[in-house]
Amino acid sequence: MTWYIVRRFLQMIPVFLGATLLVYFLVFSLPGDATAAICGDRGCTPAVVAGLREQYNLDEPFFVQYLLYLKGVLTFDLGTNFSGRPIATIIAEVFPTTAKLALMALVLEAVFGIVFGLVAGLRKGKLFDSSVLVLSLVVIAVPIFVLGFLMQFLIGVKLQWTNPTVSGDATFTELLLPAVVLGLVSFAYVLRLTRTSIIENVNADYVRTATAKGLSRKRVVVVHVLRNSLIPVVTFLGADLGALMGGAIVTEGIFNVNGVGNTLYRAVLNGDGPMVVSIVTFLILIFVLANLLVDLLYAWLDPRIRYA
Amino acid sequence: MSHSIGMDDVRGSTPRPGADDAVPLLELRDLAITFATSNGDVEAVRNAHLTVMPGETVAIVGESGSGKSTTALAAIGLLPGNGRVSNGSIIFDGEDITRASRKRIVELRGSSIGMVPQDPMSNLNPVWKIGFQVRETLRANGLPSGPQDVAKVLEEAGLPDAESRANQYPHEFSGGMRQRALIAIGLSCRPRLLIADEPTSALDVTVQRQILDHLDTMTEQLGTAVLLITHDLGLAAERAHKVIVMYRGQVVEAGPALELLTNPRHPYTQKLVASAPSIASRRIASAKKAHVVTGDDLAPAVPVDAAKDSVIEVSDLTKVFKLRGSWGRSTDFTAVDDVSFSVQRGTTTAVVGESGSGKSTVAKMVLGLEDATSGSIRFDGVDITTLGRKDLFDFRRRVQPIFQDPYGSLDPMYNIYRTIEEPLRVHGIGDSKSREKKVRELLDQVALPSSMMQRFPNELSGGQRQRVAIARALALDPEVVICDEAVSALDVLVQAQILNLLADLQSELGLSYLFITHDLAVVRQIADHVAVMEKGRLVEQGTTDEVFDNPQTAYTQALLAAIPGAGLELPPEAA
Repeated sequence: MTWYIVRRFLQMIPVFLGATLLVYFLVFSLPGDATAAICGDRGCTPAVVAGLREQYNLDEPFFVQYLLYLKGVLTFDLGTNFSGRPIATIIAEVFPTTAKLALMALVLEAVFGIVFGLVAGLRKGKLFDSSVLVLSLVVIAVPIFVLGFLMQFLIGVKLQWTNPTVSGDATFTELLLPAVVLGLVSFAYVLRLTRTSIIENVNADYVRTATAKGLSRKRVVVVHVLRNSLIPVVTFLGADLGALMGGAIVTEGIFNVNGVGNTLYRAVLNGDGPMVVSIVTFLILIFVLANLLVDLLYAWLDPRIRYA
Repeated sequence: MSHSIGMDDVRGSTPRPGADDAVPLLELRDLAITFATSNGDVEAVRNAHLTVMPGETVAIVGESGSGKSTTALAAIGLLPGNGRVSNGSIIFDGEDITRASRKRIVELRGSSIGMVPQDPMSNLNPVWKIGFQVRETLRANGLPSGPQDVAKVLEEAGLPDAESRANQYPHEFSGGMRQRALIAIGLSCRPRLLIADEPTSALDVTVQRQILDHLDTMTEQLGTAVLLITHDLGLAAERAHKVIVMYRGQVVEAGPALELLTNPRHPYTQKLVASAPSIASRRIASAKKAHVVTGDDLAPAVPVDAAKDSVIEVSDLTKVFKLRGSWGRSTDFTAVDDVSFSVQRGTTTAVVGESGSGKSTVAKMVLGLEDATSGSIRFDGVDITTLGRKDLFDFRRRVQPIFQDPYGSLDPMYNIYRTIEEPLRVHGIGDSKSREKKVRELLDQVALPSSMMQRFPNELSGGQRQRVAIARALALDPEVVICDEAVSALDVLVQAQILNLLADLQSELGLSYLFITHDLAVVRQIADHVAVMEKGRLVEQGTTDEVFDNPQTAYTQALLAAIPGAGLELPPEAA
């Protein structure tokens, strides 16, 4: 097991190198001069431009630039963005908000998705099942920004149950609505996945045997059906955690959340290369860690899986 | 015969424990079970009658789809969601439980009616420890459920070292151990009736025998009545006081076991008696004693001098697998250890052994699907372990396989024509016209109508699929056909048909068979030579008669003793 975890961490090295190289290359090959983005419409004096080119190693060949960047990362120096703020500070500032939002969304989608999926799976073909299926299909089919703006308008503006946008403090109540919107699509997937998994397991031989042993229906469902059905669901949730951490660009935009997604979005618009590369790399690492977590959880849920 | 025979029609009655108190423990009267399907209601069981007296063992025999499991499961309300009892009644110990509340049924399950299910691989929950699964049974039925109680229950079922075994997961158990755990669970609450649904059909014969013996002893000691469901008439006759034969949802015959076997009245029962390999093998043995030739012996008598010409000669064959251990270390596992045997042209050689004996690995190496670690396999004098890619391709024309699972070995996306034609196309034989003619001939040889060419595997029954697999194997006019458990997934009647077909094809085409199987009853019927494997080694070989009449090793003796029905005394002409 220890060996397995060590190996998984070692595997992160090529993933990290490959991903940064790719992202660095993409940013590098963006058309236009990077300094133009910093200077804006007014333009800078040639001396300032030369200084900037010096500071960000823009005159070096691609690989030298990349290696210099790598050196910075390995010495825990992510450098500064185009406005001169240390990138590490910015990430440290916005990440907690995004993490909070992602975790809230994850809990919401997991709890509601599993409960609804369980009930729907046990009552396959009944009214509850059919209506929940249709509803989940609607949620999956309608783009997230439509749902986001709709819910912001109805709940935030019309009913005024909560603030339509999130302040700098990003309190729990403020984040609730964005978290619901963020988790909505995944909720629909979790629901469908749980439902399918339950339907499959309800007819499993060991469930019939458990029933024949004289166990109550409740115990059969909770102890024998649910745990086995959660194995694929947990895999999905784990992968989704990684996605939620970085994929909240639209939701953060709608509700004006000062999180990673919004920051990344602004950096891309500004052509802020160092910022984009650093944030994306950070997100990749989180994604890889989330996957490792899933695999370990998986082994815990299913004793047949043993890593060596 | 459209009406069923109730237990009133039972001919004679054998004395049995508890026969004098006239209240039956379980009685099914006129039972009908209906399944709701998308094509409307389907009646799976009609007019089923059966009675189980306290302490008595009753067997229900029938092929898959005969409704035997459905009937038994209905007794403890375990029908699948779309099934229901549409007529008749179920009476347990004088109480009508046909429409009992769910609460009452839950009360009865476990404590009054226990169950031992069919497949030990899928009937234990893989994510809970064995001990947990026993403990919850005890607890749900209000019995003490401490660690020592759990260990005691497992020990009774013959599980060695029960206390530490209880802390293991099902996947750490062998099939036989799992079945013992399931028997432990089924009997843990001392039920008065045990429903045993094909309790051993997924196990090796020797394990099967041990488990059934143990089950017999336990139920006898506890005075438990058993409703045994099986497809093997020989096994039913050996284990049960009374046998009930079901066919297409109806009870067609019922009576004391031996009487039913020696004097079957219903045509279906007659067919079953005629084709059950365990019984046929028994008859051959009796016939040999009486020096009579029966139709059961499918292997042609081979003149001794004709048997000089070996088509396959395996010598010193060894296969070592590397198993990955922790920290990147690997250990060696010798699956096949220094095995030598030969297959004479035009005859059948059977390689027999239990799972894990290495017999399938031998088959794979002979087919050239797995590389040998050392040793040689000579086909017509040429060592195939040294063949290059092209020669191997040519070699494959001459040796063809038929595999166990006719559901898994046919591509579901290929129609029957394409399935059989593919080897011809791959080897570039003939044009499309001559290939079509060949496919027609092949279908004719395996007794399938040529109208079947456009059908897909999912539209065919198991027996039909296996015929298609045979046709595909014969497409290239091979000299040797390797049958890896080719009939073990089939019902007895179908099994008999396929064995007959293989025997006919052999005499017609002069084929040589290498028959890999765990089923000695089948071997007795079809093989000329037998090689017995145990844990990778070849422990005994000889002609079928030598091995069966005079087994040399204790292992072979145990295998032979384990054929169901071995204890039955049958006259050779019984059929």
